[in-house]
Amino acid sequence: MKLNQRSLAFHATCDAPADNAGFQYKKGGRHAAHHRRWPVPRGNMLFCFGDAAGREPVGVIILEGCTVELVEAAEEFTFAVRFAGARAHTYVLEAESQAAMEGWVKALSRASFDYLRLVVRELGHQLAAARAGDPLPPRRPHALPPKEDGCALWSAEIPAPAAAPPPPAGAAPRPLPGPEPPPLPPCRRASAPSGPLHSASFAQLHEWYGQEVGALRGQWLRSQAQP
Amino acid sequence: MRYNEKELQALSRQPAEMAAELGMRGPKKGSVVKRRLVKLVVNFLFYFRTDEAEPVGALLLEHCRVTQEEPSGFSISFLEDPERKYHFECCSEEQCQEWMAALRRASYEFMRRSLIFYRNEIQKMTGKDPLEQFGISEEARFQLSGLKA
Repeated sequence: MKLNQRSLAFHATCDAPADNAGFQYKKGGRHAAHHRRWPVPRGNMLFCFGDAAGREPVGVIILEGCTVELVEAAEEFTFAVRFAGARAHTYVLEAESQAAMEGWVKALSRASFDYLRLVVRELGHQLAAARAGDPLPPRRPHALPPKEDGCALWSAEIPAPAAAPPPPAGAAPRPLPGPEPPPLPPCRRASAPSGPLHSASFAQLHEWYGQEVGALRGQWLRSQAQP
Repeated sequence: MRYNEKELQALSRQPAEMAAELGMRGPKKGSVVKRRLVKLVVNFLFYFRTDEAEPVGALLLEHCRVTQEEPSGFSISFLEDPERKYHFECCSEEQCQEWMAALRRASYEFMRRSLIFYRNEIQKMTGKDPLEQFGISEEARFQLSGLKA
């Protein structure tokens, strides 16, 4: 498939803020070889430079549709970026510390465009509600585990809004006083349902993300329980 | 640069924000207009030969400019090489405007800036940071300082 590689390289090295740059070993999925890479996440992509001074990445992992998992490995602080589908690649990465690993897992779990769109939509609704003078729907304080005690690796959970129905697809926000906010991200016009994000209600989406996070947390707790 | 082509192909099969058959002309001098099925999925624009399941190619839609081209078409160019334009021909002015609006909003960068805008506005109105509930208020990519004029 053709891809605008020059634009991709430009995107990798432009000066938009990047989270979590840092040295990390990367093992190839099929080969046992260790490659030391300087990975730089940017948007829904993880660019891999050969070194910190690299001007162009040697490769990129497009992060849509992936899951981030902990792995059992001889090396510590190992996790994997896994894709669905037959013969799909799994990227095994090794961080330099527990804190670094937690940071990476958090960042990569939330890197997808879909996740960002979900958050933006939710904020758009909150802003519309606040401007219309309605009290913000009370947030059920889901027991988001505190960040300090080491039990919370990430919190991709999105609390469900109480009682606020999602707007119909394509509905335009009412004209509001104040600066015009950017338009809400368009709802997908899907040809066929596929995947949990297709025309699900917010509560359903929360449930889906919550299950995924719950499963990952369970996995981590089990791994911690082993001697 | 290497990239995970299989996953990009899988992405091209996901539900699209917009999909239509358009005339498309590549940036090379002397290229001709071809009919392509053009599909917008997240921040990628895929284009297919009309009878094929795998895309001919994809355009990452970051740092791009969408410009109207008469009569009812538009072009996409990229910041690092503004003279290199991908041309698209629509069947109506309405379709053209629809595509241009969608493509201008399609980048991750646009989404990120929208988030920062909403966050800031909500914070001003309510005194609360709406990102705290998601546990993402410290992320560098969501800071106001990350916005440039």
